[in-house]
Amino acid sequence: MVSGGKRSDMKRYANAFPLKAALVLALMLAVPGLAEAHRFWLLPSSTVLSGDGDWITVDAARSNDMFYFNHNAMGLNGLRVKTPDGGGAEPANRFTGELRSVFDLRIEQQGTYKIAVVDDGLFARYRIDGEHRRWFGTADEFATDIPDDAEELRASERINRAETFVTAGAPTREVFEPTGRGLELVPETHPNDLYAGETARFRLLVDGEPAAGVDVTVVPGGARYRDDPGTMKFVTDDEGMVELTWPHAGMYWLEAGVSDDRVSSEYAAQRRLTYVATLEVLPL
Amino acid sequence: MRLTVIVATLAALVWGVAQAAGPSLRVEVEIPRLRVAEYHPPYVAFWIEGEGHAVAANLAVWYEIDHHGGEGEKWLKDLRQWWRRSGRGLDMPVDGVAGATRRPGRHTLTFDSGDGALSGLAPGDYRLVVEAAREVGGREVRRLDFHWPPRDAHTLETRGEDELGEIKLHLVP
Repeated sequence: MVSGGKRSDMKRYANAFPLKAALVLALMLAVPGLAEAHRFWLLPSSTVLSGDGDWITVDAARSNDMFYFNHNAMGLNGLRVKTPDGGGAEPANRFTGELRSVFDLRIEQQGTYKIAVVDDGLFARYRIDGEHRRWFGTADEFATDIPDDAEELRASERINRAETFVTAGAPTREVFEPTGRGLELVPETHPNDLYAGETARFRLLVDGEPAAGVDVTVVPGGARYRDDPGTMKFVTDDEGMVELTWPHAGMYWLEAGVSDDRVSSEYAAQRRLTYVATLEVLPL
Repeated sequence: MRLTVIVATLAALVWGVAQAAGPSLRVEVEIPRLRVAEYHPPYVAFWIEGEGHAVAANLAVWYEIDHHGGEGEKWLKDLRQWWRRSGRGLDMPVDGVAGATRRPGRHTLTFDSGDGALSGLAPGDYRLVVEAAREVGGREVRRLDFHWPPRDAHTLETRGEDELGEIKLHLVP
């Protein structure tokens, strides 16, 4: 319903301005995130393990209710697993259904694993033969995929990062080393050492630098069984730090978002950076 | 007459040994008998906690120690407090600490200051922590405050509600 309203707004735009002017204006005004209103998340079956060689399974989906599969599956093209020794691991049994994707991972090393799905590319909207199209891909694909006669073309750069952490034995910190690209979280409090009633400190970085004034939203899981979604809002301080106290045990979804113009593609004027983590808080 | 002498000699001997051993503590724990369809003996951890929940000494951990080639370690994390405070940093089984699970009933553990667990325990205020977690069951933690070394012989006690029964801590100077 909402997107229908937006489309008619865009039509009015197109009628009021010559095409080229409208295109330039649209590029300048490009508001990222509109088309992807749904939240995305990973959901691990366990985050704290003892013993050797246990399996976990992870769901990946997009939906607005934590953590219910009621919208669509999250793609796994950008899936990367970082192991405690700094290497990588290959997940098994990948599957993408209508409502969720799934993969399994054998936790062979002791220490902390980072599981991330990173989508890094361009998001575009345009109209062709009167029809609206949405497109996501790499900068190289953009040049070839978008038709020359596309109208009302608006493109923005987009880096979406969804993460979760799993620890076997004692927690380690090697996997927190940031890549230096996009919005990332470097935990001061270990993400597999979170307990109800305790306070955790996480630092957010944009391109490897502390990100001040970033809005952070935290939503507890289990929304279906209560009236109040329990959403908590935070803003990072000058050092990019956010401090949050967990009201109760459970699985939590953390999201942070930043828009800026530090683009690396000539096709986009703006970029939208989104970071998402799924964190498990245990009872004391 | 002769019996009295023997008893007196034995008593002196026992007293002497007790003196030589220095302060000691004895933990009595009751694993309750539960009427449930599927019963597994609980995993139980006993440790001494200092300031800020720091683990001052690991006394014992009962778990499925030889369960299908180490598979019993998979559930050690369910002793959540112990796992966080100590277990996750240990390479189990730790000698003198790891032991098999126990059936319902009363069990006694004795430690003296010559034992590995207590030998490094500096004088101060501590808490004995007993945590139990049972497969297809619940989890329970109980604590008893005590001072080490004890000034006189005394007994502290508490009682669990679900997974643990009576817990007694006997302290001997």
